[in-house]
Amino acid sequence: MSAEDVGIIGAGIHPFGRHPGVTGLQMAAAAARAALADAGVSWHEIDFAAGGSDAAGNADTSVAMLGLTGVPFVNVRNGCATGGSALTVAHAMLRAGSADLALVMGFDKHPPGAFNPDPGDWGLGAWYGETGLMLTTQFFAMKIQRYMSEHGISAATLAEVAAKAFRNGALNPNAWRRKPLTAQEILASKMVNHPLTQFMFCSPGEGAVALVLARGARLRGPSRSPVLLRSVAFRTRRFGSFEVFSPSVAIESCPSPTAEAAAAAFEEAGIGPGDVDVAQVQDTESGAEVMHLAETGLCQHGEQEKLIANGATEIGGRLPVNTDGGCLANGEPIGASGLRQVHEMVLQLRGDAGARQVPGRPTVGFTHVYGAPGVSACAVLSR
Amino acid sequence: MRPIAAGLFTVANGPARLIGSQCARCGTVAFPRQPSCPKCTSVDVTQRLLARRGTLWSWTIQCFPPKSPPYAVDDPGAFEPYGVGYIELPGEVRVEARLTEADPDRLRIGMPMELTLVPAPGSETRGVVTYAFRPVTQEPDHGGAG
Repeated sequence: MSAEDVGIIGAGIHPFGRHPGVTGLQMAAAAARAALADAGVSWHEIDFAAGGSDAAGNADTSVAMLGLTGVPFVNVRNGCATGGSALTVAHAMLRAGSADLALVMGFDKHPPGAFNPDPGDWGLGAWYGETGLMLTTQFFAMKIQRYMSEHGISAATLAEVAAKAFRNGALNPNAWRRKPLTAQEILASKMVNHPLTQFMFCSPGEGAVALVLARGARLRGPSRSPVLLRSVAFRTRRFGSFEVFSPSVAIESCPSPTAEAAAAAFEEAGIGPGDVDVAQVQDTESGAEVMHLAETGLCQHGEQEKLIANGATEIGGRLPVNTDGGCLANGEPIGASGLRQVHEMVLQLRGDAGARQVPGRPTVGFTHVYGAPGVSACAVLSR
Repeated sequence: MRPIAAGLFTVANGPARLIGSQCARCGTVAFPRQPSCPKCTSVDVTQRLLARRGTLWSWTIQCFPPKSPPYAVDDPGAFEPYGVGYIELPGEVRVEARLTEADPDRLRIGMPMELTLVPAPGSETRGVVTYAFRPVTQEPDHGGAG
């Protein structure tokens, strides 16, 4: 371990799901206390904080509950990359030596049903929403529809991805959806956006996650087994990438923000996709998991059909993916999802994931979030 | 019936055409029209009327009623599923649009499509039309093939 090493020494989570009467900020404060207790440090010692939500308030307001210590606290509101962006900022602050102990938090609380964003917030005319085009579900459906025709992915594979998510969710006490469903039940559920059925989609939900990051001397202690944060990379879309909320897309194509963020994260870490023992990738719907596996470099395009049929992405498979049930079983509180993935990776690399622990003591983990209007953040972790 | 928004499409000289923009420096076509090039960043762009015909690049059927707002509705209880797709206009751009076809068995990637105008959602109260693409089942009825 060098002086430049940055690691995660504490992880806390507020269960995902529905929590009437509990605000997003209250969930965030609970997750922060859990992370601090896990790290064995007090809130007074934290010298940098970053976090955010999409729809549940300003993260720095949580200091009213956690304690008014004067800590520099940066609010982040960056769509699905909110957690990843908070992690990016904290990682950079620690790497730069501008802080020793940082806390990041992500939380959210969304009403039931699909998101209904205001087109104006996304640089689009009101007509885009009025005519029924302002839906993230349509984008994911059209992206996987095209992908299936180009790479030979079947609807059965989409159902298997969701079935795995609910199987894993059943093993995770913090997950929202804990009832296993068969691939047949998933295929037979209500069609939402062809080719995706109801149980192939995650639902907007509620939850919070916090992590304590440390560097240098604070990284190690008598009772600590830090998980190293080897790299964090964050990218937005380039011209030619097919993204959410696009009235048009260029005919020429280019690597997606996911592909670029993943490549940058692996390069910075000096670790390749082939070295990854366990991965969490954005599974807004089951097709997203399929496509993101290849975009991040964890497999080849088209290889997913066979990988998934062979159980390679199951806990106990060659490359376990979304071991905590992913967005499909945990729901999508936008600000919390990215850090949930990292939280899960900390547990897996420590060997603390309980019933869903990947066997064989994994040493390298990878996380990936993706969201509108074309943002992605990836991280490589190791023990 | 008037257009749902100014600057999206025109019927000024015959059949409806989508209004895009083209970069004078690199030739990139964008829709809706915009004052700068999304590829090379140039602000030297001109208006370009887009082709009326293309092929279906991808599609889905919207099976649940979108939340309103932002969706415009006359009767919230009367939702009918509708098709949405990206139509590749050769040499120009892929345009996202509502489709006149909502039967998944009658849509396939690569099928020829052409521009048309349809009453926009909420049009009974607002009297507006929007653009859509329909499968090409016959020769164009007004010689406006793009």
